[in-house]
Amino acid sequence: MTDTTANATHFEAHDAHDAHHHDAEHVPGFFVRWFMSTNHKDIGTLYLIFAIIAGIIGGSISGLMRTELAQPHIQYLQQWAGAGATMDEATHLWNVLITAHGLIMVFFMVMPAMIGGFGNWFVPLMIGAPDLAFPRMNNISFWLLVPAFLLLLGSTLVPGGTGNGAGTGWTVYAPLSTSGSTGPAVDMAIFALHLAGASSILGAINFITTIFNMRAPGMTLHKMPLFVWSVLVTAFLLLLALPVLAGAITMLLTDRNFGTHVYDASGGGDPILYQHLFWFFGHPEVYIMILPGFGMISQVVATFSRKPVFGYLGMAYAMVAIGVIGFVVWAHHMFTVGLDVNTKMYFTAATMVIAVPTGIKIFSWIATMWGGSLTFETPMLWALGFIFMFTVGGVTGVVLANGGVDNNLHDTYYVVAHFHYVLSLGAVFSLFAGWYYWLPKMSGKMYNELLGKAHFWLFFIGVNVLFFPMHFLGMDGMQRRVPDYADAFAYWNHIATIGFMMMAAGMVFFFVNIIYTLAAGRKVGNNPWGEGATTLEWTLSSPPPFHQFSTLPRID
Amino acid sequence: MTVLDPHVASRNGRTAGIMALVVLAMLGLAYASVPLYRIFCEATGFDGTTRRAKGPAAPGPVAGKSVSVRFDANVSNSLPWRFRPEQNTQLVTIGERQMAFFDAKNLSARTITGTAAFNVTPAQAGRYFTKIQCFCFSEQTLKPGEEARMPVVFYVDPAILKDADDRQITEITLSYTFYPVDQPQSRG
Repeated sequence: MTDTTANATHFEAHDAHDAHHHDAEHVPGFFVRWFMSTNHKDIGTLYLIFAIIAGIIGGSISGLMRTELAQPHIQYLQQWAGAGATMDEATHLWNVLITAHGLIMVFFMVMPAMIGGFGNWFVPLMIGAPDLAFPRMNNISFWLLVPAFLLLLGSTLVPGGTGNGAGTGWTVYAPLSTSGSTGPAVDMAIFALHLAGASSILGAINFITTIFNMRAPGMTLHKMPLFVWSVLVTAFLLLLALPVLAGAITMLLTDRNFGTHVYDASGGGDPILYQHLFWFFGHPEVYIMILPGFGMISQVVATFSRKPVFGYLGMAYAMVAIGVIGFVVWAHHMFTVGLDVNTKMYFTAATMVIAVPTGIKIFSWIATMWGGSLTFETPMLWALGFIFMFTVGGVTGVVLANGGVDNNLHDTYYVVAHFHYVLSLGAVFSLFAGWYYWLPKMSGKMYNELLGKAHFWLFFIGVNVLFFPMHFLGMDGMQRRVPDYADAFAYWNHIATIGFMMMAAGMVFFFVNIIYTLAAGRKVGNNPWGEGATTLEWTLSSPPPFHQFSTLPRID
Repeated sequence: MTVLDPHVASRNGRTAGIMALVVLAMLGLAYASVPLYRIFCEATGFDGTTRRAKGPAAPGPVAGKSVSVRFDANVSNSLPWRFRPEQNTQLVTIGERQMAFFDAKNLSARTITGTAAFNVTPAQAGRYFTKIQCFCFSEQTLKPGEEARMPVVFYVDPAILKDADDRQITEITLSYTFYPVDQPQSRG
């Protein structure tokens, strides 16, 4: 499908003749290269480093939360909140932790890694483009993210109402986020979202322009690799959803600081309107986090099955369908605000419709593997883990889609289990699949297979032991966003804590493997994965030249 | 940085421009949603938004069809008023003009203006709950210690009997919450 007549050696030979125009290997000095970068691969690397750092911080916060939840009653929060902290300040700290964990993982780990990291690195390579359409805007996208993250981290140091930090949850619901949280912390968190949103919108415009206009000759939309399709759909979701978030949280700011009453019932406003606006953004947002993962899994499964992906067009348009339907299901996050029965009926039915394109994808991945000559290198293990996890999370999603059932399960650990199965395990598994799949391409060196497998198995077993019991806890009525729980919930929380430790142990292998790869990894050629890896990035050297495709490849 | 073919570059500019317009349109939509949501709720009775009658007349009672109306009164924490319904429930004949009274008292030593937000439950009954006159239509001012009887005149639209989902409703709760209106002297 994507065989090319050109290859990397050809480009380098060409560049040598034309050195003053296309100096493929002229790499600028350290500061210019990494701080003023306009090169999509370098910016992709920056995004990945950023995401890893944010992931360490966000993951450590989940460790703090798991420590507190290891036993019933409140053991540590008061201590962590500082000497002489009241119980109110201690529980506010809990709210700050859940808020920070959610915002960091969503906006500063998953999105930068998926779209900024792998999207930047591989969209131009896969469509045969020399770079993104607007390399300088790409630089701005990344560097907006850094102050955004600093603002969010800084918000934990300033007053946010009951104690320091923004304790509103990642949803920032009014009126808790307006009249309920005095002090600058929530303002800072909102500004952080503004900047991260602006960064993503610019990135989305860049990707759409690149994919529409800069494909190599012969690379029609229907020949694009599925990862590129997934980034294209994701970029459109970003473009349509993020401005709504920006508007909604700007109105929060004016309600907080300038006396407007958009969400304030006392002035004729409606706090439910904020929830509608937030989830009009928030539901597409969860697809923004998972769609590039779908794309990566398609590449990985096809590569290690040594078969083209089954039902290519169905796969591409299933993603489009998920994107479109994703915009008309938002109120299933709001089943308990007092929607009438017809509204609930519609949102229940529409939500369940999403199971159809998602099912098409799951079955097509299985059909891709069917009859393929499978091998189980680390990326393939992560892809298989993804398919399993995402299916479990999808099934609980169908349960939660029912407005009637959700009355009971809303804001319980069942919901926590559900969205961690699709995100923490779905999105993150696809990120690891992409990481092991493309690390040899990005670094030019092969990771250690044994360390990679140890990482996978510990992580896979760990997260299941961690999150599966949360289904039981939720069905038994354990509330989310509360640091304390009844003694009856102690057993499964204890099991979950053991799962967390296994997962954390697995992450040690991830970091050791990075160090091993960079320090002692075996050098790899253009294509370490063999005949199954047919996309254009495998025609280039590993790592690819600083500038590639000065002569555009031709796709037949 | 790779130098692009000028054709590609101008096409890129065009695409990016269109996409930027999409972003602006969505941003505008977010702001437009504030009035649109209010209009939508008022037009459809969505989410328990009650109707306001066009004239003073009620359609007239439908014999033998009645619904219980429960009254709920709340006061914002920042408003030092007492506010409660004179009757907790009334049995209302559908279509008949009804009047209910709420008692409000200013417990503080200063004159305060308040305004009441309102809603009905179940939410889908909103479009059939029609108010002819209500203290919630305007701001209410109470002097220190002053008491007032505040009336609401309403009827339940007989159309509710034709609605397959709503005709089984036996009880409608009408809820009010009084909030203080920002006073000139309290503005900072």
